[in-house]
Amino acid sequence: MDGMKKVPVREQDPKVRAHNFDEVCLGYNREEAMAEAERCLQCKNPLCQQGCPVSINIPGFIRKLREDDVPGAYEVISESSTLPAVCGRVCPQETQCEGRCVRGIRGEAVSIGKLERYVADTAAEMGIHPQPAKTRNGKKVAVIGAGPSGLACASDLARLGYDVTIFDALHKAGGVLSYGIPEFRLPKERVVDREIDNVRALGVRIETDVIIGKSVTIDELMDREGYDAVFIGSGAGLPKFMHIPGEQAMGVFSANEYLTRSNLMHAYREDARTPIYHAKKAVVVGGGNVAMDAARTALRLGADVTIVYRRSEAELPARKEEVHHAKEEGIRFELLTNPEEILTDENGWVSGVRCIRMELGEPDASGRRRPVPIEGSEFMIDCDAVIMALGTSPNPLISSTTDGLATTTKGGLVVNEENGETTRPGVFAGGDAVTGAATVILAMGAGRKAARGIDEYLRSRD
Amino acid sequence: MFKILKKEKLSANIYRMVVEAPRVAAHAMPGQFLIVRTDAEGERIPLTICDDDKEKGTVTIVFQPVGGETARMALLKEGDSFADVVGPLGNPSELVHVPVEELRKMKLLFIAGGVGTAPVYHQLKWLHAQGVDADCIQGARSRDILILEKEMQEVTGHLYFATDDGSYGIHGNVCVALQQLYDEGKRYDHCVVIGPMIMMKFACQLTKKLGIPTTASMNTLMVDGTGMCGACRLLVGGEVKFACVDGPEFDGWKIDFDQAMQRARMYKTEEGRLYLEEKEGETHHGGCGLCQ
Ligand SMILES: Cc1cc2nc3c(=O)[nH]c(=O)nc-3n(C[C@H](O)[C@H](O)[C@H](O)COP(=O)(O)OP(=O)(O)OC[C@H]3O[C@@H](n4cnc5c(N)ncnc54)[C@H](O)[C@@H]3O)c2cc1C
Ligand code: FES
Repeated sequence: MDGMKKVPVREQDPKVRAHNFDEVCLGYNREEAMAEAERCLQCKNPLCQQGCPVSINIPGFIRKLREDDVPGAYEVISESSTLPAVCGRVCPQETQCEGRCVRGIRGEAVSIGKLERYVADTAAEMGIHPQPAKTRNGKKVAVIGAGPSGLACASDLARLGYDVTIFDALHKAGGVLSYGIPEFRLPKERVVDREIDNVRALGVRIETDVIIGKSVTIDELMDREGYDAVFIGSGAGLPKFMHIPGEQAMGVFSANEYLTRSNLMHAYREDARTPIYHAKKAVVVGGGNVAMDAARTALRLGADVTIVYRRSEAELPARKEEVHHAKEEGIRFELLTNPEEILTDENGWVSGVRCIRMELGEPDASGRRRPVPIEGSEFMIDCDAVIMALGTSPNPLISSTTDGLATTTKGGLVVNEENGETTRPGVFAGGDAVTGAATVILAMGAGRKAARGIDEYLRSRD
Repeated sequence: MFKILKKEKLSANIYRMVVEAPRVAAHAMPGQFLIVRTDAEGERIPLTICDDDKEKGTVTIVFQPVGGETARMALLKEGDSFADVVGPLGNPSELVHVPVEELRKMKLLFIAGGVGTAPVYHQLKWLHAQGVDADCIQGARSRDILILEKEMQEVTGHLYFATDDGSYGIHGNVCVALQQLYDEGKRYDHCVVIGPMIMMKFACQLTKKLGIPTTASMNTLMVDGTGMCGACRLLVGGEVKFACVDGPEFDGWKIDFDQAMQRARMYKTEEGRLYLEEKEGETHHGGCGLCQ
């Protein structure tokens, strides 16, 4: 075995998986995991750990794995992470832990994500569950949103003995993990539901179908229902549109709508009762994970798919693996291209997109080179569906119905970096609701930090 | 939770259910809606709230089975439960923000079409409780599908009926009735219209001609109902609005009804196909020759 290269991970054949919703990556088996674990240099000063937003003791868990001690490895990871089976699958490892791996300087980095996933999946198969706290302190905390930040915050508080209830607006817990990220990347029953069950096993109650700000307000939770503190992990759910002509046409969807129909409502299944449009030719606008997920969902539902992105390949914000998988599956990329108008047929249904070529100019505020249109370079792409994956922003439902919650100009809640406390005493926040659309691991980390903040806050009031 | 405490038929094909949903009932205001799911695999169905009882923690819904999912709802019996009821969603009617003294001075007209009568009832009942009796034109195709006549009488100033076939009240649709009232010298300061989109479209055209500012309640396609998906978007005065969070009530003169109706049909073929497949098995091929 070439020590410079990762132990390859088994995947479904691209031609086969383009037609099903089963998980693309099959993960390591025991042998493969042990071989990959051997590649770790066990650095004294582990840069990988610094690259991890929640500072998982990476050499530590890999050491346990080498000793064939999966429960031990799981314990090490659990000190820092609540959702390892999820993060092992969806973290942008190439810019975090694996991006810093010393192995990566002259060869390929250790496959830390795949090892994390192996540990989490194997621990679950072995029936290892987190244990509820032995004593309860009788204090009540309300957590708003059952996405990664809310689940992480609730778990930590429950472990500390708090009586925690999570409220979620949807009928199912999980946040983006349930409604956004597709089955072929993050299996629902086998991974997401299992992680949620683990949170329940800690004694956390999850009440779905409750929209904070509509069904009940934060003030009522604190004044009437006896909650001593509140954590807001309501995510960044509002989709953006381009505001170009034709965007209201039939056949134009936000990625959120398209993915929610497919994932949350199971519309990808033959027997589903919620409809989804089965496009013949779909154009997906955007270059992030959401765009890749929408494109690959449309592909699996039978469409010929083109991704249109206004910058170049280097700037694609999606995980490298997703871009690679999308290409393998036959998705076309029109890079340095921007839609200008959506055209419709006589029935008002999308018939094509008029695009213009772009070139990269001077760097903009984000430090990335700004795309500028090339005059006269317009061209048409025929299609019968357009899916907009242009990013999302926080929903104002909670901030607008709660006094004393300051927000930034972009709609994110203002918090104290140290402990997640908002401008309103006793109310904490974290995840996409604060940062705008970011990542699972950052949301989870913010949820954990706020759990510590809440614990300190409530103890200081004793 | 979400138990059906009462179920009754209001007409041959319109049902009313009283459902236990304390969190929804506690905050429900006229004009708002909720979303239900019959069972674990059910579609999310938005329905306007037609009444609430804050003490008992119940809400009332009225619906007419049209497709697969509402047909399934109609099969539920008293004592059964919905898998989910979430709400209240959207904004309350703007009338609830008007000071009562002002409301009492206003001449208000409601126009209700078909099942739209039920949400209109919720608003009229609320107004009646404030000592405001508005007028209402209640329209239906025929007398036997007019619903809630008795309840409506109790909370309305003047209740006019309009039936397409002339079997009750004014012969003709709600627009014919409105024009007739206008010609008789009746004047109104504000109108609220709830019913099928096509009816709301023509009603708004007429009120614009007659100069009566009008609010219409938009029952667009929806998925989440919280502003997350954009399925419910429509054009109001040339601007994109989300019916679930910006509405459901909008300035009827400014709504692009044609486009809204088009978008409402977006899944008709897909839904219809699913429904047929379920009812009749794989029948959707062979025979007509159209697809060849
Ligand atoms: C399609 C898609 C693909 C992605 N892929 C990746 C990836 O590969 N890797 C990665 O790291 N990140 C990815 N992300 C981003 C990542 O999923 C998010 O950053 C993360 O889920 C944020 O977690 P959160 O807990 O802050 O919010 P969310 O996961 O958004 O959860 C928020 C929850 O709060 C609920 N809620 C909102 N408002 C209310 C209210 N008023 N009352 C009650 N409940 C409310 C919502 O229903 C939701 O369940 C992806 C996102 C999307 C949409
Ligand atoms: S129903 Fe999803 S945004 Fe309105």
